[in-house]
Amino acid sequence: MRANDGDDDRARRQLSPEETRRRVDASLRRRYRSEQLFRLYGLGSVCLGVVFLLVLFGTIIGSGYSAFRQGFVRLDVHFDADLIDPDGGRDLDVLSAADYSLLVKAALRELVPEVASRAEKRELNGLVSSGAVFELRDTVMADAQILGQTRSLWLPLSGDVDLWIKARSAGKSGEDMGGKLSANQRAWLERLQADDRIELRFNRTFFTSGDSREPELAGIWGATKGSFFMLLVTLLLSFPLGVAAAIYLEEFARRSWWVDIVEVNINNLAAVPSIVFGLLGLAVFINFFGLPRSAPLVGGLVLTLMTLPVVIIASRAAIKAVPPSVREAALGIGASQMQMVFHHVLPLALPGMLTGAIIGMARALGESAPLLMIGMVAFIVDVPGGPMSPSTALPVQIYLWADSPERAFVARTSAAIMVLLAFLLVMNASAVWLRSRFERRW
Amino acid sequence: MRLPTLLLILAAIVLAAFFLGRQRALSLARPAGGVRSLHSLPKYYGYYASLGAVVPGIALLLMWAAFSDSLITSRVVASLPEALRNQPEAQLSLTLNDIRNLAAGQMQDESRSAEFAVAADLYNSLRDSSRKVLAGLVIALSFSGFALAWLQLRPQFRARNRVEAVVRFMLVLASLLAIVTTIGILLSVSFEALRFFRQVPVGEFLFGLSWSPQTAIRADQVGSSGAFGAVPLFVGTLLISGIALLVAVPIGLMIAIYLSEYARPRLRRIVKPVLEVLAGIPTVVYGYFAALTVAPIIRLAGQQLGLEVASEAALGAGLVMGIMIIPFVSSLSDDAINAVPQAMRDGSFALGATRSETIKRVVLPAALPGIVGGVLLAASRAIGETMIVVMAAGLSANLSFNPLESVTTVTVQIVTLLVGDQEFDSPKTLAAFALGLMLFIVTLILNVIALQVVRRYREQYE
Repeated sequence: MRANDGDDDRARRQLSPEETRRRVDASLRRRYRSEQLFRLYGLGSVCLGVVFLLVLFGTIIGSGYSAFRQGFVRLDVHFDADLIDPDGGRDLDVLSAADYSLLVKAALRELVPEVASRAEKRELNGLVSSGAVFELRDTVMADAQILGQTRSLWLPLSGDVDLWIKARSAGKSGEDMGGKLSANQRAWLERLQADDRIELRFNRTFFTSGDSREPELAGIWGATKGSFFMLLVTLLLSFPLGVAAAIYLEEFARRSWWVDIVEVNINNLAAVPSIVFGLLGLAVFINFFGLPRSAPLVGGLVLTLMTLPVVIIASRAAIKAVPPSVREAALGIGASQMQMVFHHVLPLALPGMLTGAIIGMARALGESAPLLMIGMVAFIVDVPGGPMSPSTALPVQIYLWADSPERAFVARTSAAIMVLLAFLLVMNASAVWLRSRFERRW
Repeated sequence: MRLPTLLLILAAIVLAAFFLGRQRALSLARPAGGVRSLHSLPKYYGYYASLGAVVPGIALLLMWAAFSDSLITSRVVASLPEALRNQPEAQLSLTLNDIRNLAAGQMQDESRSAEFAVAADLYNSLRDSSRKVLAGLVIALSFSGFALAWLQLRPQFRARNRVEAVVRFMLVLASLLAIVTTIGILLSVSFEALRFFRQVPVGEFLFGLSWSPQTAIRADQVGSSGAFGAVPLFVGTLLISGIALLVAVPIGLMIAIYLSEYARPRLRRIVKPVLEVLAGIPTVVYGYFAALTVAPIIRLAGQQLGLEVASEAALGAGLVMGIMIIPFVSSLSDDAINAVPQAMRDGSFALGATRSETIKRVVLPAALPGIVGGVLLAASRAIGETMIVVMAAGLSANLSFNPLESVTTVTVQIVTLLVGDQEFDSPKTLAAFALGLMLFIVTLILNVIALQVVRRYREQYE
C-alpha cells in the first residue's frame, strides 16, 4: 500500500527537467543570498564586538590622558620669616603650625596688584590649589634656612583652573570647561599665561598621594597599596589552599558521592555572584570574628574565597595534563604516592597552576562589589601601612571618584581606570608568557 | 607580645625541631648499623618532629583568634554599670564600639563619662594579659609537642607514613574549604534573613508591590514606616538582565558561529583573545562607561525622537551589561558548537545543504543544550552583576517594564542598604541579607541547571 502511495505521489509531482532546473535555480539564488546574509550577520557581530572594545578604550583614554598632567603656576614666594616664625626659634612645631597660605596670597597679590575688594581677593586666591600650602610647609620643614629668602616655585593650580587651562591648550575655547571661573579669573590667567608663568607638567601627585576631596591633590597610591596588600593576602592563602585541594581531588580522592558534592560545589562557587561573598565577609569576618572594617586583610580573605574555585579548577587541569607515565615511572622505582605527587607531578604542573593563580589574581584585582560590603568604600586620605590599616582598593577608588560631582574627577577616574587596566594587562600578559614558556606537550 | 614576634619564635622552634629530629634519627641509627637501618629517610624524622612542634601551637592560635575577642567583650560588658549593661542590643554594640575606639586611642573624646575610660582600661588590660597568656601557652605547647614527637623516634619508627598521613589530612581539609564556604554563605545569609523575616512576613517580602526601606528613626516620624515588598526589585532585575541578554545572546551566538564555522584560523586566533578582553575588564569600568558615555547618548537619542528618557534609564545599564556578557555567551556557545561531530556537518553538506543551512538545521539543534547552558550561566551572571547597575541604574523602586524608565535591582538595594552606617537589628539592614539569600538561591538554581545541562550534553558526544 505504502509503496503504491509513494509511486502515485511521485507520478503526480512529475515535472519536466526544464521546470525542475528552473525551480532549483530560483531556489538556489534565494539560498545563496541567505547564505551571504547569514555570513554577513556573523562578520557584523564580530566587528560589533571589536568596535565595542575600541569605543570603550577610546572613551577612557580620551577622557583620561589629560589627568597625567597638571597645571602649575610659577610664583615668586617670599618666605617671610616674620609671618612664619615670629620668635625666630626655628622650632619645628611652630614651623608646621604656621599659616603658609599667607605666603601664597602675598605672592599672588604681587603678580596681580590691582585686586582690591574682598570678593576679588577670594577669586584670586582660589586659583591656586589648597595643596600649595602643604608644599610650602614641607619646603620650610626640610630646610629652615630658606626663611627670609624669595624663591621661584611651581605650585599646583586648583582643579577648575586646571580644567580650563587644559581645554585652552587643546584648542577649545575653554568656555564650556571653565564655567566655574569668573571673568576676572580668566583675565588673570591669560595674563599669567602670557608671562609664561603657567605650565602643564607631569602630575606626580596622582601617583604618590592618597585620596583627597580636592581633585588636584587626589592620587591613587593609597588605593594601589590597599589593593597590593589585599592581593598579597589572597595569593598567600588561595594559591597553597587551591593547589592542595586540587592535588587531593585529582590524585588521592576516590570517586564517591562525597567527591561529587565537592566538585559540584567548586563549580558552583565559581559562578556565585561576587556580592554574595561580600555578604559572607560582612556577616562572618566582621560581625562574628570582629575583624576591623575597611582592612585589606578582610578584603583579602573575601577575595580568597572568591578566587579559590578558579585556582582549584586551573590546578586540576594542570595536574590532569601530566601524563600517567610520569606517575607510573615514579611509583615503579619505589616512590610513595605522596613522593610521586610532590617530587614529580607537582613540579611539572606548577607553570599551569601559576597561570591559573595569576588569572585568578587579575580577577580579584578588578573586583569591587564585595569590597563595598566590608566597608572599603570609606574616604581614606592616608596611605595604608599594612594589611590591618584602613584602606580602599583601586576599583573602589574608581567607583568613589566616578560618583563625585566635581568635573575634574572625571579625567582622574579615567586615568585611574587606565592604571588598573595596565596592571591587569601586565598580569594577563605574564600568564600568557608563563604558559607559552613552560607549557609542555606530552 | 605582638603576633608577628610570636610567629617568628614559633618558626624558629619548628626549624630547630627539624634539625634536632633529623640528628636524633641519625644518632639512633649509628649503633644499629647506619642510615640503612632507619625505616624512613632521616629528613622524615625531622619533619615529624617539626609537625609535633607546629600543630598544637597553630591550633591554639586559631582558637584564640576566633574566640578571644568575644570572650574579652563579654567580660567588659559584665563589668559595665547596670544602666549601660541593660541597654538594647543596638545601643550596647555602639557603646562597645566607643569603648574599643577609646582603648585603641583613636578617640580623644574627653566628654565621655569615666565609666567608658574604666571599661577601656579593662579592655586593654584584658587584651594584654590574654596576649601574654597566649604567647606563653603557644610556646609551651610547641615545646611539649616537640618533646612528645622526639620521644617517639626509633629507627623502626614509620616517620614517612606518619608525616604523609598528616599531609594527606591537610589536603583533605583544603578540599573541604569549598564546602565550608558554601555552608558559610548559606548559614550566615539565611541567619540574618531569618531575623528579617521575623519582623517582616515572607509573603509581604515576596509579593509586596512597594519598596521603601527607610524606616523611621524616631517613633513619631511620619511617612517612613518602611515597606519591604520586593517585587519592584525583582522586576527591575529581570528588566535589566533581559535587555542584557537580548543584546548578548544574538551577538555572542553569531560571533561563536562565525568564528567556529566561517573564519579562517588566523582570524580566529586574533579575534578570539581580543574579544576575551571584554570579559577581563573590571565591571566598575563598565559601570563608569555606562554612566558617563552610554546614558547621555541614550538620553540625547530619546530627546531627538521625542521620548521621555530617565537619566538612569534601565536601557543604558542593560546595554552595557549585555556588552559585558557577550564573551560568556560566545565562548560557551563556541565550546558547544565545536563539540558537534564533523560527521554531522559532512552529512548535511553531502545532501546539498549550504553552510548556513547546515548551521541552522544541523549544528545549532545539536548544540542547543550547550548553548542554553551558556545562556543560563550568562543570565545568572547578569542577575548577580553589581557595579554596572550601582553606577548606572536608579535607586527608586519603580514597578515598571519600560526600559526608558529608571528601575532598581536587587544588587543595587543590597549595596545601598549596607554601605554606610549599619545597625544590625533594624529591618533595613537585615533586608539586604534577605535579598542576598534570594539572589544566592536564584543564581544557585540557574548555575546547577546550566552546569548539569552542559555536562550531560558534553558526555553525549564524547
